[in-house]
Amino acid sequence: MSDLMDIKVTVNGTVYQRSVEPRMLLSDFIRFEIGLGGTHVGCEHGVCGTCTILFDGQPQRSCITFAVQADGHSIETVESLGTPEKMNPLQEAFQEKHGAQCGFCTPGILMTMKAFLKENPHPTEEEIREGIDGNLCRCTGYQNIIESVKLASEKMSHSGSK
Amino acid sequence: MKPASFAYFSPKSLDEALANIAEVGDDGGKILAGGQSLVPAMNFRMAQPTALVDLNEIQELFYIKPTDTGGLVIGAMTRDRTVELDSLVKKRAPIIPECLYWMAHPTIRNRGTFGGALAHSDPAGQLPVVAVVMNFNFHIQSKDADRWSGADDFFVSVYTTCLEADEILTGIEVPAMTKMSGYSYKQVSRQTGESALLGVATLLSLDDAGIVKDCRIAYMGVAEKPVMAMEAMAMLNGNQPSDELITEAIEATVKGELDPGADIHASVEYRLHLARTLGAASVKEAVIRAAKQE
Ligand SMILES: Cc1cc2nc3c(=O)[nH]c(=O)nc-3n(C[C@H](O)[C@H](O)[C@H](O)COP(=O)(O)OP(=O)(O)OC[C@H]3O[C@@H](n4cnc5c(N)ncnc54)[C@H](O)[C@@H]3O)c2cc1C
Ligand code: FES
Ligand code: FES
Repeated sequence: MSDLMDIKVTVNGTVYQRSVEPRMLLSDFIRFEIGLGGTHVGCEHGVCGTCTILFDGQPQRSCITFAVQADGHSIETVESLGTPEKMNPLQEAFQEKHGAQCGFCTPGILMTMKAFLKENPHPTEEEIREGIDGNLCRCTGYQNIIESVKLASEKMSHSGSK
Repeated sequence: MKPASFAYFSPKSLDEALANIAEVGDDGGKILAGGQSLVPAMNFRMAQPTALVDLNEIQELFYIKPTDTGGLVIGAMTRDRTVELDSLVKKRAPIIPECLYWMAHPTIRNRGTFGGALAHSDPAGQLPVVAVVMNFNFHIQSKDADRWSGADDFFVSVYTTCLEADEILTGIEVPAMTKMSGYSYKQVSRQTGESALLGVATLLSLDDAGIVKDCRIAYMGVAEKPVMAMEAMAMLNGNQPSDELITEAIEATVKGELDPGADIHASVEYRLHLARTLGAASVKEAVIRAAKQE
């Protein structure tokens, strides 16, 4: 084991200070050090996309970044979106259009789509398909995910929310 | 924890990074750029570097600047996605965003770096073949030395470049695309973001009479590093690019210069078929684009 390093990471607006080994993956840090289990881990080599979080506002894979690299940076996870009582329009749309089945891929897709809709609030179906091409889903066949993202973009443009 | 232990350095300046890698490079230390190739390899323990020198906090390595001669210089740590969306790059070297569109997924390109994708020398990488066709110039620095390398010398083999263990690729000079130059990047992969089965990049110009000049064509996915289509280039330069000539020229390269391997994704025959069809399509697209300019 190599020396522990002290890091300070902002996760969903709260600053956390921890001592970690350099080899700790950011995904493991979020799940085990911070205790936020919403960020899922599937392949742990960058392919499946379920571990996607926002790193300084940009979607990135948390399984192929080290926690020490997040020192001084800001992370957003799926827990930042909303609560069961007060869901974000993206979450509402996934519920209404049945965009999740087992839900394993859902956190990564939600975080990827949060940034995607911010950059492109009125995407075409083709653009949505391209936008989720880095996220694997074994259940839905993607159709309902695409419908959900379409509905979310409508909801967001009506409510004027981000 | 999946990766093996390593010592971690996060220098804030290039000088500091050069000192760090001088210290650990010869003992199995490595540079960490976007980590989109290196960290997966570490998670599998295929790579077990003893130390990582992380370049992500070195602001001076993130830039895109115009050169006086009409080209660009790109800092090694500039994110692929930044390069892809940059208006100056689109104007001065449009073949780069065209090939980056195919490279991995936007989420990977948000973190992966321009220098990293070149230093990784992936035989199925989009940037190495474009680097060869455009003849990028590589700025390589170590604690005690500072040198430049052309694309021909930079790529050595699979995951191997001319970089020594204590050297850092710091910047990449992208030469100007000459006036009237047509370009094209084409590839086939089973799905977007998956490794390409084969790719081809073309650059050429047409003179006032519509004669091909300065034609450069290179293939990826057929060997350990990008392969220039010397025979096709020689046949096209100085001639009218008729469909027949293009087909003949590509055929000469396919027969005489390409020797791809087979894997579970594609047989030798299929790769040669792709080399013919994509090669001809790429040259035709470059001719059309060259003709459209002025
Ligand atoms: C799901 C997925 C799909 C992908 N698909 C593709 C694809 O289709 N095409 C493709 O080309 N790539 C693909 N990649 C790889 C991705 O593009 C990598 O980001 C890139 O090849 C390496 O860039 P990096 O900045 O992440 O480098 P790193 O992973 O950090 O480094 C790669 C290697 O280069 C060395 N290195 C990096 N920068 C420097 C430097 N400045 N000086 C000296 N040495 C350096 C490192 O030590 C390491 O050995 C994919 C990756 C993933 C996870
Ligand atoms: S767990 Fe990170 S991409 Fe699959
Ligand atoms: S809902 Fe099960 S993997 Fe996507």
